[in-house]
Amino acid sequence: MQPSVSIRNLKLDFGAIQVLKDLNLDIGKGEFLVLLGSSGCGKSTLLNCIAGLLEPTDGSIFINGDNVTWAEPSERGIGMVFQSYALYPQMTVKGNLSFGLKNARVPKDEIERRVARAADILQIGPLLGRKPAALSGGQRQRVAIGRALVRDVEVFLFDEPLSNLDAKLRAELRVELKRLHNNLGNTMIYVTHDQVEAMTLADRIAIMKGGLVMQLGSPAEIYGRPAKKYVADFIGSPSMNFLPGKLRAGPVVDVAGQSIPLDAYDFTRKGLEGDVWFGIRPEHVATGEAAAACPVSYELKAELVKPMGAETLVWSSIEGTPFRFRMDGHAQVAAGDILRVGFDPVRASLFDTVEELRV
Amino acid sequence: MADQTAPAPSRGIAEAVGPRPRRALSVRNIVIYGILALLSVYYLLPIWVMIMTSLKGMPEIQMGNIFAPPVELTFEPWIRAWSSVCTGLTCEGISTGFLNSVIITVPSVVLSIAVASVNGYALSLWRFRGANVFFTILIIGAFIPYQVMIYPIVIILREIGLYGDLAGLVLVHTVFGMPILTLLFRNDFYSVPEELFMAARIDGAGFWTIFLKIMAPMALPMFVVAVILQSTAIWNDFLFGVIFSTPQNYPMTVQLNNIVNSVQGVREYNVNMAATLLSGLVPLTIYLVSGKLFVRGIAAGAVKG
Repeated sequence: MQPSVSIRNLKLDFGAIQVLKDLNLDIGKGEFLVLLGSSGCGKSTLLNCIAGLLEPTDGSIFINGDNVTWAEPSERGIGMVFQSYALYPQMTVKGNLSFGLKNARVPKDEIERRVARAADILQIGPLLGRKPAALSGGQRQRVAIGRALVRDVEVFLFDEPLSNLDAKLRAELRVELKRLHNNLGNTMIYVTHDQVEAMTLADRIAIMKGGLVMQLGSPAEIYGRPAKKYVADFIGSPSMNFLPGKLRAGPVVDVAGQSIPLDAYDFTRKGLEGDVWFGIRPEHVATGEAAAACPVSYELKAELVKPMGAETLVWSSIEGTPFRFRMDGHAQVAAGDILRVGFDPVRASLFDTVEELRV
Repeated sequence: MADQTAPAPSRGIAEAVGPRPRRALSVRNIVIYGILALLSVYYLLPIWVMIMTSLKGMPEIQMGNIFAPPVELTFEPWIRAWSSVCTGLTCEGISTGFLNSVIITVPSVVLSIAVASVNGYALSLWRFRGANVFFTILIIGAFIPYQVMIYPIVIILREIGLYGDLAGLVLVHTVFGMPILTLLFRNDFYSVPEELFMAARIDGAGFWTIFLKIMAPMALPMFVVAVILQSTAIWNDFLFGVIFSTPQNYPMTVQLNNIVNSVQGVREYNVNMAATLLSGLVPLTIYLVSGKLFVRGIAAGAVKG
């Protein structure tokens, strides 16, 4: 099938700084793709390139099979929602929604129809006569989404649209966005630095760093089988524990004085030996009786205990390497307690120490 | 907690409750209001003298007592200043100058603001190649003394056939208003969130649509400030008025000078004062009417959400 948005060898330099480096990406029709990365990774820059707000130094962008690299933003068949909502302050909600259509000389009754439809979908009908200043943050963001909606376009671009909202509203609008995507079936490209947002919304996530896509995959893939140590470290909170180990034939990995058998581990690259990082997520560490039943277990001293309500996070260390794990919220632990922790190496992720790629 | 009694009113900080008491007559207030009153008198006294003098006949003025109110109230000096005092070769009062000033000021203000606002908009949002160099040159222009440029401008205007023409004077005012106005508008448009501009571009708005429909309405307070700055500056201008216009086109300020500095006959102080007040009336009215808007425009950057 023809991809909805296709990015070919895209490069963008700001002076001597390379923001995007030879980037390739294909986004399927109706797909919800999240560009995830820490600030400065080039995710917003990439989105602005797709929107046509920034001109790439090299490479091309295709939307629906058309080369739009040199096209004006309004001619690309995209709608965009910004972090700061970017509503026109002196226009009413209705004025905001219809501004783009008026510029495109859409007939009046057609404008009315589309505005009514968008207002209906987003439940902002009663707000049409108000100015943005008289709206709450959530309502403003809805209007901003509406402005993209009325354009009747194939591709929606979101630039951290929920970052300015409080936690509760963010969670609500997240659900709404997901529902909107299910109902409309548009292609959506969504930039965020919030991994919860990425995990819950995305069909696929592109983890970006330094102008490159580190890994592109479904949330489950990104979480379960991170391709790089950076990705493994970036996704999950608190992040994955990395213990230095030595991989040898068997396959067995020696970690902190124990030989861990890797018979069940799903190798990406077989036959590798030598120094590796042994990564295990805090939530995959068992404690107490469950730990004793695990193939691998250690005795650790709790150094710091962080009760979170539903669960308790414990900071500890194995042979000087920090080690974090989660416990049930009911567990009675205090700093200084000795605990038995264990894990199943099937859930671990191994990375070589040179290129830090998955083993 | 429940059985605690309310503490007795006391000046102790430990018992502080509710708003902090403020005394009307403190040393601080006396000093502040005293200084303010003194300064007001200092600034208002000359105006008082002018108004009083303009309402007196010449015999009364010659007796001295410049601070005293008129014994015999007369509006004759005002009428004479407006319609019959000699302003050089003609003796038609400064009413002709008033008209000339309006004819010079209105197009100059409109033109300079129209051009400068577009300049500022282009420089801040459509950062074209060399925009910064252009802006730097424009700002340097603001620091070059007018006197340096007068002679070249005279020649330029002569060459393009506008010397002595009101259009030429309007052009000069427009050009000289450019640096400061452009700076004003550029900085105002810089404070507009860039995403708003991006959103408008995605909505298919071009250079002029974005300016007219989105940016200009947002910059309304800045337009008010610009109108005040330009209209008072151009109305009060003397230098360009005397150089670039001919006697029948002289603005009010030049005519006022001719009245006050005339060396023939008796000095009619009352007429001079009346003429001065008349020529100051327009800027004064603008300040009084738009003072609030002016402050709002200056402070607009702080409240823009």
